[in-house]
Amino acid sequence: MAHFVDRRLNPKDKSLSNRRRFLKRVRAQIREAVDEAVRERGIADVGRGKSVSVPTGGVAEPTFRQAQEGGRRERVFPGNKTFQTGDRIAKPRGGAGGGGRQGAQSGEGEDDFLFALSREEFLDFFFEDLELPDLVKQSLKEITRTHPRRSGYSITGSPANINVARTMRNAFGRRIGLRRPKDKEAQELVNRIVQLERVSSPTEEQKKELAALRVKCDEVTRRRKVIAYIDPLDVRYNYFQQQPEPNANAVMFCLMDVSASMGEREKDLAKRFFMLLHLFLERRYEKTDIVFIRHTHDADEVDEETFFYSPQTGGTVVSTALVKMKEIISERYSPSEWNIYAAQASDGENFSGDSAKCAGLLSQELMRICQYFAYVEIVDEDEAQLINSEASGMELWESYRQVVDIWPNFARKRVARVSDIYPVFRELFSRSRAGEPHG
Amino acid sequence: MAKVTRKPKPGLLFEQVDWDFDRLRRTYDAIEEVARKDLEIDVYPNQIEIISSEQMLDAYSSIGMPLMYRHWSFGKHFLSHERLYRKGARGLAYEIVINSDPCISYCLEENTMPLQALVMAHAAFGHNHFFKSNHLFQQWTDAEGILDYLEYARRYIAGCEELHGPGRVEAVLDAAHALMPYGVFRHRRPRRLSLQEAEEQRRERIAAAEQNVYYLWNTIPDIPGSKEEIDAALQERKREMQLPEENLLYFLEHYSPILESWQREILRIVRNVSQYFYPQKQTKVMNEGCACFVHYYILNKLYAEGRVSDGAMLEILHNHTNVLTQPDFDDPRFSGINPYALGFAMMQDIRRICEEPSEEDREWFPDIAGKGDWRSVLKYAWANYRDESFLQQFLSPAVMRRFRMFALTDETGDSHLTVTGIHDTSGYRHLRDVLARNHDISNTDPDIQIVDADLLGDRCLHMRVIKRDRVPLDAASRDATLKYVERLWGYKVKLEEVEATL
Repeated sequence: MAHFVDRRLNPKDKSLSNRRRFLKRVRAQIREAVDEAVRERGIADVGRGKSVSVPTGGVAEPTFRQAQEGGRRERVFPGNKTFQTGDRIAKPRGGAGGGGRQGAQSGEGEDDFLFALSREEFLDFFFEDLELPDLVKQSLKEITRTHPRRSGYSITGSPANINVARTMRNAFGRRIGLRRPKDKEAQELVNRIVQLERVSSPTEEQKKELAALRVKCDEVTRRRKVIAYIDPLDVRYNYFQQQPEPNANAVMFCLMDVSASMGEREKDLAKRFFMLLHLFLERRYEKTDIVFIRHTHDADEVDEETFFYSPQTGGTVVSTALVKMKEIISERYSPSEWNIYAAQASDGENFSGDSAKCAGLLSQELMRICQYFAYVEIVDEDEAQLINSEASGMELWESYRQVVDIWPNFARKRVARVSDIYPVFRELFSRSRAGEPHG
Repeated sequence: MAKVTRKPKPGLLFEQVDWDFDRLRRTYDAIEEVARKDLEIDVYPNQIEIISSEQMLDAYSSIGMPLMYRHWSFGKHFLSHERLYRKGARGLAYEIVINSDPCISYCLEENTMPLQALVMAHAAFGHNHFFKSNHLFQQWTDAEGILDYLEYARRYIAGCEELHGPGRVEAVLDAAHALMPYGVFRHRRPRRLSLQEAEEQRRERIAAAEQNVYYLWNTIPDIPGSKEEIDAALQERKREMQLPEENLLYFLEHYSPILESWQREILRIVRNVSQYFYPQKQTKVMNEGCACFVHYYILNKLYAEGRVSDGAMLEILHNHTNVLTQPDFDDPRFSGINPYALGFAMMQDIRRICEEPSEEDREWFPDIAGKGDWRSVLKYAWANYRDESFLQQFLSPAVMRRFRMFALTDETGDSHLTVTGIHDTSGYRHLRDVLARNHDISNTDPDIQIVDADLLGDRCLHMRVIKRDRVPLDAASRDATLKYVERLWGYKVKLEEVEATL
């Protein structure tokens, strides 16, 4: 006799903990691969799963086994077509002895072990790189808000959700269908019986009628008892489904200075900042757009590739980027429909006199329509040691101080290394906005 | 096309491709009927579990066991299987079957009904019968105890992680896994123990193990006794160690001077798991051949009786053929001799020899040619052989011709390979010998022994590899593995490679 068991509903991820152990084991390599991925991938792709190639170094499982070459070996093969005993065959080039793959059976022949990190696993490492405290990881990974929405009826539910109209309608239909005697009918019968009973000396006919009526009345009462007025079957409950809150749209403007002073390191830091911002927005809004604006003395809207990798340089006029942003907003992103975010990354150098113009543009026009505007100044690591006070800074930094004073949704921060990004980001997006919902 | 009314024909076990438990049960009963009454095979009670593809991945990344202790290497295998599976490079096994009592077969939920029938006949009767009847399994494994034992192992190791930290446990497991193939007794089998007995003995062992390393303190100079006495004691100690010892894990578990008792217990667990799989490694051809032969016979029988429809039979045969493909040596898919194909071909051939032998068969197999009763011949073979001896005994010229076998030697220094035999009269015996040797794991695995432990000197552990045909060990993996041995022994380890003296 066989015993059949359905295990499909048993917990699946039995090897989850083994996987975690494995990830822990290859942590260093994964971090490198994640880093690489961050550098190579687009901002919008950062949250997607990614295959990460891990060399066998730390995860090889060696054991004693025979070498591929040396000595004498003899093996049997299938599929002989032309060979005769005694034939001599030139060894295949690079052939691992005998042409067989004796040693590779245990799978140790592979040089590279490639596997995919899931989105969550990837983000764990991505955030770890940014030195993300657990506290805020949650807010970034928060599930989209849902809202219960009416969607039809159900036959189970809590009493508070009973839909009276629907329940009564069902009950009514059932009563008609099963021919439940109506109240009026029953009442009339009773009245008639009472009337007949009052007759002091009933005729034979009346006696008969009374008897018949009594029988009928019993039957009616019985049916009324058996066929309930409201049966549990009739009850309907309002059914609510958890539906994701329809989120508004968000657009993120990435403004970057690409003048000569913005080197590889600076762009990489900027990119990480933008990635983080994008992840953040993506969690909160149904649709997020990214607009890349780079500027030298002139500003262009470009694609991501050009934004980060184009070698163009030139003089620096920051205000051109802000003007461009304004243009694009008025063309495509009406502030009534879009939540507008902007992040500006720069090393803080600007054409003299232009910084005041930037501050003016922001204060008078852009800040009015932006949800949030973050300015990140990327500084050298040793420079960061020197200017760690808010007060002193480059020209742009100085000018933006006026904007900070007027607009609470404007923030500026200095960043020198990768591990700075998250704290800065966090400060930018939580400071003074804690109680206020974003968007 | 005219619409055909779908009314199950009388006698048909199933009509649709979708399975449900009702059909499974009905089909199982029919299969069992043939298996028991016609083939007369003897099986452990069956437990058939339907699992999802993810669970299947889980199952075969922990070497196919339903419960296993935790280790990163299982996670690694999961990820690599998963990757191949998602890429479509490799399908999932339709089934996994566990040598236990009751015998557990995992069937994939995605299998169609005909496939489930195939899998049940294959695993629940073919493999199951082989596990129950083959002498290696009977002698070396405890089908009724294994699940309990693994449960114990899992809990024990989890407990160790809690007590000593996952890092330390992992270090021991890594080292033990590296020596896993050298953690078996090839020639003797310790007495079977019940779980309670094992638990009691474990306690005794801890005490004994601590005594075994007592000699370390003996070297403190103020110990009374002459040099001769100490030497004599040392000789005695070595005698007790029963060197040389080929079960490396066993030796380290008992005599390592540095291990704590929980570490010894972990070595023991790994060793027991390794020992449990030892018969499977020796009987791949026979085990798969038996399962294929059984499913093929049973399903054909059911088909002949009109209980399986034409369509279902086609699907069954399609899968059957897929499994039994043997690509030629020059085919890109070639990866050695397919044990399914070889085993099945030989078993079908045995049946043919019994029923309609040729002159050649009479000469080669005088005992069974024309005997007629192939069932008992096969059952005898299943019960009493392992791959190496089975090939040596039953590989017929007909099968060698069918596979168009040939043997090649590869000699270092020679720029050419030499064909030492093909499927002709002068080559049959040679081919058979070589193929049998290729399937003898005591011949293909390196022969490694612990030969000496210098207890009073530098405590160096001496190991020896006996090279067969001058084939050396792979240097990189050898050095990496030696580091693990050193980790377990605690002192220097030397490995010398010597030529086999024949």
